[in-house]
Amino acid sequence: MSGYEAVIGLEVHVHLATRTKLFCACEVGYGDAPNRNTCPVCLALPGALPVLNEGAVERALRMALATHCKVQPRSLFARKNYFYPDLPKGYQISQYEEPLATGGWLEIQADGEAEARRIGITRIHMEEDAGKSIHEGSGRDGTRVDLNRAGVPLIEIVSEPDLRSAAEAGAYLRALHAILRYVGASDADLEKGHFRCDANVSIRRPGAPLGTRTELKNLNSFRAVESAVRAEIARQTALLEGGGRIQQATLRFDLDSERISVMRLKENADDYRYFPDPDLLPLVLDEAHVERVRAALPELPEARRARFAQEYGLSAYDARLLTSSRGLADFFEAAARAHGAPKTIANWLLRDVLAALRERSLEIEASALRPEALAALVRLVDEGRVTPASARALVPELLERGGDPAALVRERGLEAVSDAGALDPLIDAVLAEQPAAVATFRGGDEKALHFLIGQVMRKTKGKADAKRVRELLLARLG
Amino acid sequence: MAEPLETVAALRRALDAGATTSAELVERALARADALQPRLGAFVGLRAAGARREAAEADAQRGRREARSALHGIPVALKDNIAQAGEPCGCASRVLEGYVSPFDATLVERLRAVGAVVIGRTNMDEFAMGSSTEHSRHGPTRNPWDLARSPGGSSGGSAAAVAAGIVPLAFGSDTGGSIRQPAAFTGIVGLKPGYGRVSRYGLVAFASSLDQIGPLARTAEDCADALDAISGHDPRDSTSLREPPTRTREALGGDVAGLVVGLPREYLGGDGCDPEVARAVEEAARELEKAGVTLRECSLPHTRHAVATYYLICTAEASSNLARFDGVRYGRRAEGAAGLTEMYERSRSEGFGREVKRRILLGTYVLSAGYYDAYYRKAQQVRALLRRDFEEAFASCDALLTPTTPEIAFALGERTGDPLRMYLSDVYTVSVNLAGVPAVSLPCGFSRGLPIGLQLIGRAGSDATPLRLADAFQRRTDHHLCRPELPA
Repeated sequence: MSGYEAVIGLEVHVHLATRTKLFCACEVGYGDAPNRNTCPVCLALPGALPVLNEGAVERALRMALATHCKVQPRSLFARKNYFYPDLPKGYQISQYEEPLATGGWLEIQADGEAEARRIGITRIHMEEDAGKSIHEGSGRDGTRVDLNRAGVPLIEIVSEPDLRSAAEAGAYLRALHAILRYVGASDADLEKGHFRCDANVSIRRPGAPLGTRTELKNLNSFRAVESAVRAEIARQTALLEGGGRIQQATLRFDLDSERISVMRLKENADDYRYFPDPDLLPLVLDEAHVERVRAALPELPEARRARFAQEYGLSAYDARLLTSSRGLADFFEAAARAHGAPKTIANWLLRDVLAALRERSLEIEASALRPEALAALVRLVDEGRVTPASARALVPELLERGGDPAALVRERGLEAVSDAGALDPLIDAVLAEQPAAVATFRGGDEKALHFLIGQVMRKTKGKADAKRVRELLLARLG
Repeated sequence: MAEPLETVAALRRALDAGATTSAELVERALARADALQPRLGAFVGLRAAGARREAAEADAQRGRREARSALHGIPVALKDNIAQAGEPCGCASRVLEGYVSPFDATLVERLRAVGAVVIGRTNMDEFAMGSSTEHSRHGPTRNPWDLARSPGGSSGGSAAAVAAGIVPLAFGSDTGGSIRQPAAFTGIVGLKPGYGRVSRYGLVAFASSLDQIGPLARTAEDCADALDAISGHDPRDSTSLREPPTRTREALGGDVAGLVVGLPREYLGGDGCDPEVARAVEEAARELEKAGVTLRECSLPHTRHAVATYYLICTAEASSNLARFDGVRYGRRAEGAAGLTEMYERSRSEGFGREVKRRILLGTYVLSAGYYDAYYRKAQQVRALLRRDFEEAFASCDALLTPTTPEIAFALGERTGDPLRMYLSDVYTVSVNLAGVPAVSLPCGFSRGLPIGLQLIGRAGSDATPLRLADAFQRRTDHHLCRPELPA
């Protein structure tokens, strides 16, 4: 991009996976009837007071520790004051001057990059979500407000401006997303708005001071972030090359048209009049508690990837895929243990199972397939009792309905056909039907043999043991 | 007109002896409230039907020997900023017109649990901002001792209701003196408990770090019974102390020998203080000395910054606490606004009174970018110094003795045009809230026929000590037995 370097920092808002809201006992629910999950506290009725949800603190803490942040022994909740109909109190409770955690990092590896890079995390702080304003028609019908989301616990994870490309931004978000789910901090369901991103983008000549930055708001998928950042870098580059000047602004990105538009220029910056919330005590976390949470953290994606490669002899690529979600990694290890040959299991998972899961937009832990069942299925293949093709054909059914592979094979009559008594008549028929191929093979072309094997397989609907068919064919043709 | 009601202790004895019933007491209270309302304006709403039902229930329980507490069957009144399920909670403001609370304050739950009967809501300065109970959409409350004078504020309705013998006990809130100053002006006892002692859940916040609910009654003994009934940790208020309910009543008994009472020189003999008030307070100190108390001069050196500090902090918090009154979800919304901004502006401009608007504007300014450090942060630093003043004084004293106010009740209308002078009259009370310590005001004499208030301040965590001293003083004196003469 003509000698410019991009400087990107991301702010990610993540819904914490709690049953109830941050400051009241209302359930966190998606798709419930509007304003059903509300109470005097989250409606901001006169006299109601907030009480901090300790489960939310626990989840935020896990994420802070998993990203190597320093947890502050004392953090403060502040009020961010502004008027909006979906903000019942007229202020949002958020951490400002003294956040929960600061100074962490995580490692990313963008596609095609040889080396992993460490991306700094400036801070992680806790805050409550606002409700939703629903503007219908031209505004003539008024605005409706749904406060089900008001008070839902969030953490905001702010990165250092360490990212240098759209691909790195994407890799960072995917890494963050995996860790959030690994440690159970968040379900991080992008479609439910659990994971929302703002991107700060500027460009400069390498080594030059930072350029003027713009902020892209409300990017709600990995693809949106990557496309928006790419488009904004291109826009800024074109602007500077044309002799223009970047204006500090808040921008909106439309994913369908890939167009960037200005929400507002920074000149009229808001004054939120932050001050410590006198209704809440400072959040004091003693070291012993923090260490207990740290000790209870599961193995994180980075460590697990390294261990998979080393312990199971997997390629770096396979290890990365298998550790992309905690559910998949756990499944792999359980199935590998039950079967005994991890590489074989890895191949089955990555080749056959993942494809079938993707077709169904299913997570493996939500499917009906058990690790022991996959191990049993692969064992049937190892023993020649079922052909790989038949086994592969059973995967969708096992994902959807589960069950015992051996029983399924019997029920469906999918046992591999390998005895000569059953195969000989079929081979005779194929040889009779395909004189040309027979002649080609006899002329020295090995490929014709594969064709003939394929023909026999077809007659058995894939149940024939291919090795056995080959032996028998060679005996007849030899 | 129904006769004034006696103290809680006297009514309890009558109830226990079968000489009266809760139903009868509630009828007397309702009748007296009605009769005095045109002259006094103490109430903004009575809940006659609910009170009668609860009184009948209390009598039935007493009949089954299930009386639950010192307050069982006693009629009480609550300030209009305390939420009661099914009742308006209007804070004497137009902005809350039409609002009915769907939930009970913790205070209300606890009163109900001990069998007290709430007969109605009392008048106040709008959102508890004021020292005269004149800033109310319902009009002013008058002082039972002189109907041309203010009963003080902002809990002036509660104070007037007790002083006029309508109820023996009422509850108010105290952010900078709003219980103690009206208690002083009306010749009764008012207790501001230590911060966190009584749950704030259901108290409409004015300044969250200063607000406390407390009782107003004729005697320290009644206040002690009330505090013991309503205190104790509440998981719904994060600032509530993690302690069981107090047992201050058992600490009373008249014996205060050996206690050391400090006389802060910044509060006594200052030029701002009415000489008759100063003399009465000095006499009260000598009376306690006769009871065996050791008097010791002490100092609270940062006192001169207290009023400024108080008004920076309370207005900052108020500007944020009152943001929720926006006309969106409840209360009064301006009609016909063209857009969102206009709806906010008009709902709030029309809904809030002058004094409330003045404080919201001040507080917004205090928290603004560029001013925060000079005002809000500085005020917090001074607050820490004030708190340390008290800690140092309490290192050698068990309690401090001061006037509650520099002067006696002023005339209605006298101060409304001069807010600064109104603010300065809080000089002896605001430090107590800034330091979060408990304090009680009790009558200690009269000047020109109007009551004078004595303030006793306790150290953080010992709400019993000022009550013990107040009780001992009342056992030795009869100022609290004097009643205003209200024409029938």
